[in-house]
Amino acid sequence: MPEHLKRLEAESIGIMREVAAEFRNPVLLYSIGKDSSVMLQLARKAFFPGKPPFPLLHIDTGWKFREMIAFRDHTVRRLGLDLVVHTNEEGKARGINPITAGSALHTAVMKTEALKQALDRHGFDAAIGGARRDEEKSRAKERVFSVRSAEHGWDPKNQRPELWRLYNTRLRERQSMRVFPLSNWTELDIWEYVAAEEIPVVPLYFAKPRPVISRGGVWIMVDDDRLPLEPGERPESRRVRFRTLGCYPLTGAVESAAATPAQIVAELRNARDSERQGRLIDSDEEAAMERKKREGYF
Amino acid sequence: MSCALGKDLLRVLTCGSVDDGKSTLIGRLLYECGSILDDQLSALQRESRRFGTTGDDLDFSLLLDGLEDERQQRITIDVAYRFFATPERAFIVADTPGHKQYTRNMATGASTSELAVILVDARKGVLPQTKRHAFICCLLGIRQIVLAVNKMDLVGFEQRRFDDIAQHFSAFAAELGEVFVAAIPLSARFGDNITELSARMPWYGGATLIEHLHSVDISGGCVKRPFRFPVQWVNRPNGDFRGFSGTVVSGSIAPGDDVLLAGSGQSARLKEIVTFEGTTDRAREGDAVTLTFETDIDIARGDLLADPREPPECVDQFAAHVIWMSDQPLVPGRSYLLKIGTRTVPATVTALKHRIDVETLAHLADRTLGLNEIGFCNLSTAAPVAFDPYTACRDTGAFILIDRLTNETAGAGMIAFGLRRASNIHWQALTVGREQRAALKDQLPAVLWLTGLSGAGKSTIADIVEKKLLALGRHTMLLDGDNVRHGLNRDLGFTDADRVENIRRAGEVAKLMAEAGLIVICSFISPFRAERRMVRELTAPAAFLEVYVDTPLEECMRRDPKGLYAKARAGRLEHFTGLDSPYEPPEASEIRITTVGVTPDTAAEQILEELRARKII
Repeated sequence: MPEHLKRLEAESIGIMREVAAEFRNPVLLYSIGKDSSVMLQLARKAFFPGKPPFPLLHIDTGWKFREMIAFRDHTVRRLGLDLVVHTNEEGKARGINPITAGSALHTAVMKTEALKQALDRHGFDAAIGGARRDEEKSRAKERVFSVRSAEHGWDPKNQRPELWRLYNTRLRERQSMRVFPLSNWTELDIWEYVAAEEIPVVPLYFAKPRPVISRGGVWIMVDDDRLPLEPGERPESRRVRFRTLGCYPLTGAVESAAATPAQIVAELRNARDSERQGRLIDSDEEAAMERKKREGYF
Repeated sequence: MSCALGKDLLRVLTCGSVDDGKSTLIGRLLYECGSILDDQLSALQRESRRFGTTGDDLDFSLLLDGLEDERQQRITIDVAYRFFATPERAFIVADTPGHKQYTRNMATGASTSELAVILVDARKGVLPQTKRHAFICCLLGIRQIVLAVNKMDLVGFEQRRFDDIAQHFSAFAAELGEVFVAAIPLSARFGDNITELSARMPWYGGATLIEHLHSVDISGGCVKRPFRFPVQWVNRPNGDFRGFSGTVVSGSIAPGDDVLLAGSGQSARLKEIVTFEGTTDRAREGDAVTLTFETDIDIARGDLLADPREPPECVDQFAAHVIWMSDQPLVPGRSYLLKIGTRTVPATVTALKHRIDVETLAHLADRTLGLNEIGFCNLSTAAPVAFDPYTACRDTGAFILIDRLTNETAGAGMIAFGLRRASNIHWQALTVGREQRAALKDQLPAVLWLTGLSGAGKSTIADIVEKKLLALGRHTMLLDGDNVRHGLNRDLGFTDADRVENIRRAGEVAKLMAEAGLIVICSFISPFRAERRMVRELTAPAAFLEVYVDTPLEECMRRDPKGLYAKARAGRLEHFTGLDSPYEPPEASEIRITTVGVTPDTAAEQILEELRARKII
């Protein structure tokens, strides 16, 4: 493993241990994606020979790719982990979905609101997430330990200075902490690590022929019959893969031949587009992410 | 950083004054190193048209100014981390703002960086801000500085201008100690001397910025450093395994080595270094591992494991540089939480030796430290802490101070030296203790702390409580705020700093009295929660009962037994609690007395009942 990955790994392990030692009831936000897979590996390393002393939480919007849910359940069984799945039942009852409600409302209700519900219901005082600073501009300024108000809001102008490896973990009543152990990793680091450690990830990351339609310049996979086709739209088979995984009608695939982590590393070294390019929820407006985060999006 | 760490990762800090072009420079570096991707470039083109300040050209600063407010105001207000890699090295860049009020962010970026790029506008030269940045970088242990003289295009690429600035800066840097400066003339906007030598400055014979970043040696000469390991987590998955997890922050360790538990005199032999990949034969600086020992040794989170041949100091008083980061000034005597390594202990600044004018480096006398000010202080911790001087090891010499009410990170400190060695000055172990003295009187020692506004009725109630206890044959002592100010605290006034010191001294006296076995009744306005908590901790383990004499301000003003409210309202008395000086009511006092419609005698009886309920009398 390259020396700089070892340093990133050690830093992340240190952060995970700090969370376990300093919080009453921490949880690891498990989104099933590659970053979550890396986090899980780091958590297993941090507490070995013990198991990670916190459960996993998955916010299920009901629109995850089928392969993601299968991978999640298999992973939890394989590693004997404690998984909490939460869905915003109220939103589901209201029929909120990404197709008719649109990406913004779906994300607000089924992801952001659902996450707040789950954190409140279980009284989690720290949630470990896989966000990286290289993903998006407003994330570049996020702290590793980031305080959220009782309403889960983020105040970007009132963040605690974070010096050395000395994390201030103190909270007032009803506040909670978001912790980002992968802050200093890049997308390329993640894939180099996945390759070096042979970490299992959802097969959707690897290119293979899949049924897709072209919408707004990105390839949308037809994962089940819930995706209504516009007149004239006919799924075609393309060799595609996903750089990021979210809800399936909101996540675009890219054409690629990369079918292994090593091939993805090689592809990324020559990439001309960023990973969030496939995420429809971010391109709504320039400051979309910052606004979502202030409201409590992870 | 030691030579054991990968030289393939360099952490860089960029700093400079407003509009020197930091963000533009980093944007340019990312662009030249191929880290700006097509969709980001097209977003940049869109935004350059909307917010840009560079005419028809791309405004690279927009790549970095992440937060919406910043884009609109076109200034960087927070520290942002950027990543780029070349075949030679990976870089983590902390982009920190230059304006005065955000100096704390610069210190934050500097605390994890090995090299600093300080930007100067070639038109403006070395500004007071430039010196401030250089000083903070050196204070935080950065030994490599690049002086990037930017906007050379706006001074006609003139060599004399560059030489003057470089000389001016070097003269200042020489006063800062051992620091290496490389001055490079640049134009971040047009890319001169970034990755390729500029044809417009043929007189410059040095390296380009990127060449310098590739080749600079950050190993610090590969000095062998002693083993240090702050224990982060005790790993006990089952009865058979007991390991201590943490990160080696200095030196290295191998099975069979003796390890000292700092401050205890105990040591143990290292049995195994456990990792997910199996046991390993050596753990080096930067490795996150789990250690097991041959013998059982009582180790907890917060302990520091060290090389017994080169032990760290372990003291409860030390001198340190402190950078203040809170709107609330640092007040000597106030209690903060100090986090060093994995250890958190209550601490107070006992003396502010001097404040440092970072532009002239002059030492100035001062009583408090404000936001973004730097001082040299003596600190005292509630228990001894193990440390190394910051210049010897960042991880064991650095600390943060946390405000106990708001939980904000109020200050950052770097330890210079211990003030006395706890190993040399032991507590004199006394045969007769608090319990024995109290037993002689057949009572339990306790501190009753009455707090409330002036005129709330504290002294009257305290006086009756003491009379009643005396009648019960209890040995008491009454400390009254006004009376103490006539003697012990006659040198103190009514500023916030003096109020803190007033309470600290009263607390120490109450503690001694409780040690003598007495029931100590204290009557002090004591307006700040932080100081009341300090007294509570000081007097532990004796029983401490906070009595909140809760009388509304209007009622106190009506009573005005000493005519003070009238005086204050007439403007003849400043810093009067409740009027122009705050009172922070207790949130969870043991006893709360509302005095309106209640006789002082009933109020006193309420306190006695609580003492009975707690079996103190």
